[in-house]
Formats: sequence, structure tokens, C-alpha cells
Amino acid sequence: MFDLYLNAALSGALTGLVYGLMALGLSVIFGVVRVVNFAHGEMMTGAMYGAILLAQTFKMDPLVAMLPVALIMFFLGYWLQRGLINAFVTRPEHTQFILLVAVAIILVNGQLIAFGPNARNVQVDYALESYQFGSIILDKVRIYAALAALAVSAALFAFFRLTLTGRAIRACADNFLGAQVVGLNVKRLYALTFGIGAACLGAAGCLMLLLVDVTPVQGPSYTLLAFIIVIVGGMGSLTGALLSGLLIGVSEALAGALFDPSAKSMFTFALLVLVLLFRPQGLLGRRP
Amino acid sequence: MALLEVQSIGKSFRGLRALHDVSFSIPEGAIHAMIGPNGAGKTTCFNVMAGVYKPDGGSIHFNGRPITGLRPDQICRAGIGRTFQVVKPFPGLSVLDNVVVGALNATGSVARARVEAMRVLALLHLADKAKHPAASLTLPERKRVEVARAMATGPKLLLLDEVMAGLRPTEVDEMVAVFRRVNQETGLTILLIEHVMRAVMALAQRIVVLHYGEKICEGAPADVVRDPAVLECYLGEEAL
Amino acid sequence: MMAAFPQLFAGLPRRALIALGVFFALLLVAPWLVNAYVLSILVVVLYFAYAGQAWNIMMGFAGQLSLGHSLYVGLGAYAAAMMFTKFGFNPWVGLLVAVLATTAMGAIIGFLAFRFGIGGVYFAILTIAFAEFTRIGFDHWTWLGGSGGLFLPVSNLSSNDLLNLRGAPVMFYYVMLGMCVAALAFCRVLLASRLGYYWQAIRENEEAAAALGINVFRYKMIAVMLSAAMTAFAGVFYAFYYNNLFPEQIFSMGRSIELILGPIIGGLGTLFGPIVGAFVLTPLADGLTEVLQWAGVEVPGVKQVFYGFCLLLVVVFLPNGIWPVLARRFGLAREN
Repeated sequence: MFDLYLNAALSGALTGLVYGLMALGLSVIFGVVRVVNFAHGEMMTGAMYGAILLAQTFKMDPLVAMLPVALIMFFLGYWLQRGLINAFVTRPEHTQFILLVAVAIILVNGQLIAFGPNARNVQVDYALESYQFGSIILDKVRIYAALAALAVSAALFAFFRLTLTGRAIRACADNFLGAQVVGLNVKRLYALTFGIGAACLGAAGCLMLLLVDVTPVQGPSYTLLAFIIVIVGGMGSLTGALLSGLLIGVSEALAGALFDPSAKSMFTFALLVLVLLFRPQGLLGRRP
Repeated sequence: MALLEVQSIGKSFRGLRALHDVSFSIPEGAIHAMIGPNGAGKTTCFNVMAGVYKPDGGSIHFNGRPITGLRPDQICRAGIGRTFQVVKPFPGLSVLDNVVVGALNATGSVARARVEAMRVLALLHLADKAKHPAASLTLPERKRVEVARAMATGPKLLLLDEVMAGLRPTEVDEMVAVFRRVNQETGLTILLIEHVMRAVMALAQRIVVLHYGEKICEGAPADVVRDPAVLECYLGEEAL
Repeated sequence: MMAAFPQLFAGLPRRALIALGVFFALLLVAPWLVNAYVLSILVVVLYFAYAGQAWNIMMGFAGQLSLGHSLYVGLGAYAAAMMFTKFGFNPWVGLLVAVLATTAMGAIIGFLAFRFGIGGVYFAILTIAFAEFTRIGFDHWTWLGGSGGLFLPVSNLSSNDLLNLRGAPVMFYYVMLGMCVAALAFCRVLLASRLGYYWQAIRENEEAAAALGINVFRYKMIAVMLSAAMTAFAGVFYAFYYNNLFPEQIFSMGRSIELILGPIIGGLGTLFGPIVGAFVLTPLADGLTEVLQWAGVEVPGVKQVFYGFCLLLVVVFLPNGIWPVLARRFGLAREN
């Protein structure tokens, strides 16, 4: 019995790392640009469809597709921010929300029109294979996805810690006015950051495709999940997003194993409520 | 019994000591000023008094009641009105409506609040701008709206945070006249943070000087401006 | 109350009064002027106008963005439907239960979000999460039909039973029209009251509002609870008009978005915004669907993309909505 739950928990942890990568993108965008990206999940399903197209046309494995998809998402994100969202950074918060809600609606239904409501997926050669460690059986796809998620996250952390641009972006996040005074081109950095966040989403989408099907209507659910992960982890904390993703992946899997699989998300919501009740700044966030 | 008694308040922000052992008192009906170089902790002191921050130590008594740690809205209802150094108007509302919000603290009736709001606006020479959206005003006008709004709440003590900044000398004199008049006619107690010495010397009966979060001097204006400690903190040490 | 009636129209320029009068008169006699199809569209328009007004209180007046308002519609609908089908109570009694349920839910959500004065995002996410949670919950609640749905018995349309809300579409039309008018009057009174002023102060600048003696937490809670309570009726109406309830539909995020489109496009925080928004959007969207069907295009999602673009255009170019622009253009704005 214990083995069943251990398996579920470990599987969930692996999935959780992909969730974490998705939430990382949101944390970056919100932490720096202060934009509440309500189109997050919809952008990810868009990336997933992109990966499907690549798989169909070039027989590309999603793991490989990560690179082109992330790049395309980067540019799309950059121009979305530069062209549209930038004007709203100084406007009242609610207009920003609504702008992104509008983008989300257009994305979801655009995907619905383009790809239809039926689920699509990508079948890789090793889809049904797994690694066995004693009594623990873990799908290969899950392990590869989790490793890739970790790799991308590590690259992101390195970027922010070690590169000049990365530090400039963090400077912007900490002190918008100060950054401007020092001569940083804030508009460009914002667009860059949004692009990076979108690229994370692109990568996460490809990895997610290894694990689940995609339908257009899932977009909003992923947006909600991403926000819950970021809130539980702590707004503005990158490590928090990853850890929280892990936590939620595990709790979802356990809930699915212990109760009804369709009730998985109820657990996540319960977690959100608990966090807001007892630790509203999130696990690793700072008190607002 | 003083109207406001501030006793040994201290406030630190993550290791940075903003206020340390600051004490002073203000009798009812008086006009006092708080001066000091930038960063001395004047606004922090205001924010502690107004309930925005909880002090780390010390206490504040208003009208005999302890008010340390109360929320800002509770402090307003207790009788302390305040303005903000960086003005915070309600941009989507008209000037009149801005002040009506303040007046609604003193009366529950919207009709009476409007009357009171117009009265206060007239006092501050803003009656002709009543119907204008607050967002369309110049900065000095916005400062006056801020003062009007705080005054409309019907306070016993008014905390004014650098309301004279950016005003021309004639405008300063006008504001000074308004405050003097209100103080004389209604006995409103006033504490102002100010850099504009013209206003301080004209209005204040007593001055408290803060420097690096501590009170370095307190007394009548004539004495304070000659005090060596005060001169030193403004002008620096001089090789005499 | 009747003495306050003239005050409802105080300050409105004559043009506006005349326009309002004509508009209302037209709506009154509409059932005799239009065919059944247009009437059904008008019912939907009035439904969204009413629900939009209820949402507008929370967002437009007090500035709290709720993206999960379908929660209150659904709760209200299920509460009344449950009282009717399981216990035999008429919908007006069901309304009381519905209001209790939605207000309690609003209070919980408000408390969780506002306790630490945390900003709009937390609140918006919380509203979505609660709506989703409830959707899944009702999906599994077999006593009330689960995902298969809850159905109300449809009786013959020849007699109009107002007590049980069973009858011809015309009856529903007048019920909704009445509620819209009541909501409009109510909002007008609210906006001009101390409550209205305090809400707007909170919306504009919470810090300044607190410094002026406003208990921000309390007034936000009132806004949320009042909005939830008002929305309950929309749910009750929905249940008895459509006679079927599916959790997947009624609690869906899509419905939440539909609810808020009217007020946002019409004009947040204004009295007539939600009404204008509803009257503009619903016919346009329906017209679009008709045109597409006529052209042989039956693609799901086109209507929503249209909504999305409308929302986008309005938010970018007319951030205050259509109504303020119209009002200024035609001199219909109230002299404050």
C-alpha cells in the first residue's frame, strides 16, 4: 500500500517540477514587470500546440522542440509586452488585468477555432517505457521532463545571478525609478523579461506535452494553477515557485491516489485557502 | 494635560533605526512645528502617530487616551487628521467629492457633508475648483485639496506634512493666514513638518528638531534657530 | 421611499430624462412590438444588464475585481432549484436561501482576501479558485444532479404563475425588467450615499481613504457581500427560466467573463454602463452568430473571440467604457 502512495508521490514530484517551470515564468513576469499575466495558461497551451505542429511536421520530439518553441515564445512575449502591455504598466491595475483577460480569451478561442476541441497529444517512442528502482516504477517521460525542467530552471537562475542583463532586470524589479535613473532602458528590459517568462512557458509546454494531452479549454485551468503555485510559493520568489510547484504536484498526485482523480484540483484550492489563511506571503515570500 | 503626548517612541526598519527615544507634547490649541534635515525621521514620526507604523517602543496618548498601535482609520476617528507628503488625491472624483469623503467622517449625512466640504474649500480658496476632477489640478492646488480633505474630517489635531513645499512666498503667506485663522477661530491644534522656514517662523509657537531619528532640540523658534546643535546639523561643523 | 423617487432623477439634464423615459417606455411595450426571438434576446440582455449591475457594485464602485462571479449565479440557481424540486418551496422563498448562501460565500472570500489588505490579484485569483472548487464540488454532488444536471419541471406556458415563476417568456421579461429598474434605482441611491463615497474612496486610494477614517476592510466586505447577494437573484432567475442547471456551464469561468464584459465595455463604476454594455454586446454577438450561420460557418469559439477583441479594443482605446463617451457626446451626463 505504501508503495502505491510513494509511487504516486514521486510521480507527482516529477510532474510538479514541470509545473514549477511554468510557474517560474509567471513569477519572473510578475516579479519584475509587475504584470499579472492572466493569459499565462493560454500561452502555454499555445506553446503546446506549437510543439504538436513541430512534431507532426518534423517528427520532432518535444524535448528537442523545447528550443525552437521557447525561442518563438520569447519573441512573441517580447513583442506582446513591447507593443501592447507596456502602455499599461503605469495604468491602474485593473485595466491591466482586463487587458490580459482579453488576450486570454482571444488565445483560448483562437486555439479552439484553429485546432478544434478534441484532445491532441504527441506520442514519443519511449512513451510507455519506465525505469524501475526496486518497487518504484517511474515513467521515462516523467523523468526526462523533470530533468529538463530542472535544467531550464538552473539556466534561468544562472542568468539572473551571473549575467549583466540578468542583474539589470533584477535591479528593475527592486527599484524601477532607480533603474531608470541609472540609465537602464527599462522598457526594453521589461520586454526582455516578458520574453524570458514566455520562453519558460514554451519550454514548460513542450515538457507538459510529454505528460498530458492538450485541449484549448485547459488554458484557464493552467493559468489558475500557475497563480496558485506562485501565491503558495510566494510572489516574487523564484525558488518559491519551483518548490511550490513540487509541493502541488505531490499533493495533486496523492489526492488523486487517495480520493477521486477528478477531485485533485480541489486539494490545490484547499492549499491556496490554507496559505492565504495562515501565511499569506507564501512559503518563501516576504511579508507585503 | 497636553492634547498629544509622545513618549519615547522608537522605530526601526530591518536594522535601520529611523526613530529613537523621541518625546514631545503638544497642548491643545497650539501650533508646533517639526523640522530637521532630510532623512531625520520626521515623516516616520508622523506615520507612527497616524497609525501607519506601529512603534517598536514608547507610547502615544491623545486626549488622555492611548492611541499607540491603532489603525489609521481609528486614529482619524479619534480626532487626528493628516496629510501625506506625496499627495494622494482621489483622481477619479471631483475636488468637492474628495473633501466630502473627509467630511463624512464628521457627519453621516451626505447633504451636510457637502455643505461642510464647500465651507472648507472656501477657506482654502478652492471653491471655484469644486466641480473640477481632482486629477486636473496643479500640484500646489492638490496640496490644498489634501489639507481641505484632512480638515473636513473635523479633527482636533491636524498633522501637516510639508504642505508648503513648492509654494511661492505669497502663497505661503496665504496658507499661513488660513492656518492661523482656523487655529484662532476653532482652536484646532496643528503640528507641521516643514522645510519652508518662512512658514515655520510665522506659525510655530514651539519647534521640535529631529536629526538622525533623535530629538536634538525643542523650544521657542527664536531659541531653536540659534541653538548650536541645530546649526551644526543643518550647516555642518564649522572650524570656528 | 416614494418621497425619494424624485431624488433619483435629481441633477439629470432634461435630455437625459427624456431619453430615459423614451427608452423605458419602449422597453415596457416591447413584447407587443417584437417577435418571440427578439424578445428572448431582450430577456438575455436584461439578465446581463442586471447581473452586470450587481458585479459593478463590487468592481466599479469599490474597485475589487471579481473574476469568479459565476459562483454566485450558480449558488443562487442551485439553492432556489433545490428548494423548489426537493422541498416544494416557491422561488421567492428559494431566493432567501439563495441570498443567504451567496452572501455567506462572499463573506468567506472577502475575509480571506482582505484580512491582510492584500492587493487585487489575490482577490481575483481567490474568486476564480472558489468558483472552480464549487464547480467540481457540484459536479460530484449527485443529490443535486451532479454533472448530469438538475432539471426543473417545465409546465405549460399558457398560464402565468408569478409565485412559482412558471409561465410564458413575457412574464420572465417583465420580471427581469422590473429587477433591472430596481437595481438601477438601488445603485443610484447607493452611489450617492455615504457608502458610495467611501467605496469610491477605497477604489481610488486605499491609504488615503484609511487616513480619512474609513474602515477599509469593513467597507470592502460590505461591497463583496452586497454584490453577491444581488447576484443571487440572477441565479434564481436563470434556474427558473432555463429550467436546467449544469455545473460545467453555470460555474464556468467563461460565464464569469461574460458577466463582466457588459460593465467593462459599457463603463465601470457608472450607473448606466452595465446596461449600455449589455444592450450593445448581446445583440452584436448574437448577430455575429446569425451571420456566420447564414454563411455556413459553424465554428465554436468565434463568438468568444469577438468578445475578446471587443474587450481588448475598449480597454486600449476607451478605458472608461462606451457610456462616458456617449454621455459626453450627447450631453446626457449628470451635472454633479
